[in-house]
Amino acid sequence: MPHPAAVADRPAARYLPARLMPDRWGVLTLAVALFVATPLIAVATIALTPAPDIWRHLYNTVLFGYVERTVMLIGGIGLGTFVIGTGTAWLVTMCRFPGRGLFNWALVLPLAVPTYILAFVFTDQLEYAGAVQGTLREIFGWRDRQDYWFPEIRSMGGAVTVMTLVLYPYVYLLARAAFLEQSVCVLEVSRTLGKTAWQSFWHVALPLARPAIVVGMTLAMMEALNDFGTVDFFGVKTFTAGIYDVWLNMDNISGAAQLASVLMIFVVVLVVMERMARRGQRYHHTSSKIQALPSYRLRGVKAALAFVFCALPILLGFVLPASVLLSYAVVFFDVTLKANYLTITLNSISLSLGAAVIAVAIGLILAYGLRMGSGPLPRAAVRFASIGYAVPGAVLAIGVIVPMAGLDNAIDAFSERVFGVSTGLLFSGTVIAILYGYLARFLALSFGTVEAGLGKVSRNMDGAARTLGASPFQAMYRVHFPLIRTSLLTAGLLVFVDCMKELPITIILRPFGYDTLATFVFQYASDELFEESALGALTIVAAGLIPVVILALTTLRSRPGHAGGGHP
Amino acid sequence: MTSPLTPPAAAPTTMSKADGLHMLNVSHAFGDHTVVSGVSVFVNPGELVCLLGPSGCGKTTLLRLAAGLEDLQVGRITIGEDTVADGQGGPQMPPEKRNVGLMFQDFALFPHLTVYENIVFGLAEKDRARRQWARDTLATMGLGDYADAFPHTLSGGQQQRVALLRALAPAPRVLLLDEPFSGLDVNRRAQIRQDTFQILSRSGIATLMVTHDPEEAMFMADRIMVMQDGRIVQSGTPVEIYFHPKSVFVAELFGPVNRLDCRVENGALVSALGRFPANGLAEGAEAQVLVRPEALNLSQPAAADGSPLLTVVSARSLGRSTHLTLTLENGGAGTLFNARMPGVFLPEVGSRVSARVAPEHLLIFPKSTR
Repeated sequence: MPHPAAVADRPAARYLPARLMPDRWGVLTLAVALFVATPLIAVATIALTPAPDIWRHLYNTVLFGYVERTVMLIGGIGLGTFVIGTGTAWLVTMCRFPGRGLFNWALVLPLAVPTYILAFVFTDQLEYAGAVQGTLREIFGWRDRQDYWFPEIRSMGGAVTVMTLVLYPYVYLLARAAFLEQSVCVLEVSRTLGKTAWQSFWHVALPLARPAIVVGMTLAMMEALNDFGTVDFFGVKTFTAGIYDVWLNMDNISGAAQLASVLMIFVVVLVVMERMARRGQRYHHTSSKIQALPSYRLRGVKAALAFVFCALPILLGFVLPASVLLSYAVVFFDVTLKANYLTITLNSISLSLGAAVIAVAIGLILAYGLRMGSGPLPRAAVRFASIGYAVPGAVLAIGVIVPMAGLDNAIDAFSERVFGVSTGLLFSGTVIAILYGYLARFLALSFGTVEAGLGKVSRNMDGAARTLGASPFQAMYRVHFPLIRTSLLTAGLLVFVDCMKELPITIILRPFGYDTLATFVFQYASDELFEESALGALTIVAAGLIPVVILALTTLRSRPGHAGGGHP
Repeated sequence: MTSPLTPPAAAPTTMSKADGLHMLNVSHAFGDHTVVSGVSVFVNPGELVCLLGPSGCGKTTLLRLAAGLEDLQVGRITIGEDTVADGQGGPQMPPEKRNVGLMFQDFALFPHLTVYENIVFGLAEKDRARRQWARDTLATMGLGDYADAFPHTLSGGQQQRVALLRALAPAPRVLLLDEPFSGLDVNRRAQIRQDTFQILSRSGIATLMVTHDPEEAMFMADRIMVMQDGRIVQSGTPVEIYFHPKSVFVAELFGPVNRLDCRVENGALVSALGRFPANGLAEGAEAQVLVRPEALNLSQPAAADGSPLLTVVSARSLGRSTHLTLTLENGGAGTLFNARMPGVFLPEVGSRVSARVAPEHLLIFPKSTR
């Protein structure tokens, strides 16, 4: 034990310098994040590389058409999801009318149906040879197209309608949560200041929920940009359809890449809108005091209108497609089985499972990397890598092809030179490429879920475990793991289901002759044989139902004020 | 709690004479931001030392350094005879090897473990004796029925006791408490503070506690060390700190005081409240004199002994005492004095009272202080 004076003359002013270089965790985090972000970086690089010839061609031919149609598509879907999502959310949270309890959770069901499957079902029902027009002809005695007018489903309007019907739950969920969170006090204040219930909605509730609604709309619009199956099937030439067209049908990778880079402008706008709205959400929290929500009892015509307004999206977005698929699946059961259904299902499941495991593992590494307090560089890299959720699958697929082909060629050249053996293409056109694409797109899902789970483990819990004698590894095993286990499972499940539904990445990157349920259904529908693949579509919807049912259950339980027990 | 706690008898090594905490000339910075500079803290076995200071003064960082949750940058920390951290490139013993107990401000109970599992988290599987101690102590503390409950079902006070027990269970050599009562609601705080004091004084363990609440510090501590901007500005017994603060900062920690600007004239400090002994200050020197509200002795009717007269601006009874605001009788607009009189003392607003200050209650600081 040295005398205090002996140490007192040490220079106290010189401490460790601020860490400029990331530590080991930082390096690992950075490396993993960059790996996941490579497809994004590739697309960005292509976008910034001048290609005047391609540009002139695109400019003279398709560019403006693509821009116009893409804007119309996502604009229409933004509006549609806003009206349906906000309207239904308001009705089920603030009003009392028959069926409200059922609608409360059933309104999320359409989320289980991928856009392209609803498109196939709608086409099947609404086209000239479909059930609806057939019935109408029978009733009214029309003989052919000249006798009557019927809207064409394979159109821009059809695409907007179909996608709105399955994407509005994004807005519904977020608006509903925002309405529930709003302190009833502000609504009551509005009433005491002389506003009617309706005015209070417009002037208080809606502006307060605006950031949440905007987040929901941007998410829906990102999904709309990602959709490939619907626009391709409907012949609506948007960017996403264009990329596929230019690459597969014209075999022009650089043209496709340029289109992808323009599409990224839309993505950036949406991401910025989303981020700004999320930031805004913080300032729109009114009070933590939660009281029983008011319930405007609706009667007569009003109640009937509310009922129809909530019932229609569920009927059209879920009940109709589910029952149509079910009946076809029963009728064509043997046909579908013979068409390799089991192998294809196994492909889908193993691919999705693999992607889920990898995405959770990488999400875990990144979440820990950030928790260990890495510097600003790894932090930025992780944020960048998790932006893939906003980037359309077709764009990411292009971003996977370009660097992978480069890597393959490099390996091939190296092997040729050193061993005199050509390796050919090692990674391109294999399931590894698909997995890479899935990872780039869905990492945000797993990372976000794991990070949120890890956020529940406070740093003081780490400290408590350590001072109680646990080594870092033991602290992880005894405290972290039990606490984040559920988050890991959830993260895996979310990625799994989204991979089961995924179409554009799979269809662009799949090996020749390799099918998943999504590509199988898409192929059959394109060949006008949709009925025969219905069992496959039904399988996808069934998988999609798992998280939706969990979501619906949590929606049922999550009424603020009922959460948790005796917290001080 | 009804009955006092027995000391952890099953761990005879707990209170060897040498198990004090010594932090020597410790400095710490986060990036460019210095939070602790040149602080030395000594806690002897059986002693409770309290670090008192406003939030952000570096006191929690000192605790985390002692526990090993932060790497020591400058200085040296020893527990008993062992150097656990040495800032000059020496060893940094990881927290799990130090055998210190740390109780966090938010308690940091493990939400997935029951109360009992939380408490025995730091005990070896085969440590029957300490496990039995945990069971017994839970029962003594009136938590026997909650052994299998999960932490979130407990009240704040119960959680606090569980956190304290968890920290004590492995019979640590040093106990560190980070704002142990701040998470509790005001009504229960006094009782829990008293219970905790009894547990700690019986355990005889060297304890370093951090708080921003001066009353808490005075109640709990054998010695208080006042921290300001990463430095210890005064250290002493609670009575010394309260009655002989070395700076205006320390004096004002205990609540608002009346400030008087004075100057030494003819060998006495001249202030608005009269003349006070100069205490060796040079002629013409300026000084600040602080008078605590309770040191201002008011009387009505006004005494005719030449003590200054004040006009009552407000007088509110708080039951046990009366809080008054007063102003100088003539031309003193702007300066309000606060006074606290015991019992009920309610002169009429606008009436005059005479104020007397006992010289021994004056806190005099030369002008440069602060």
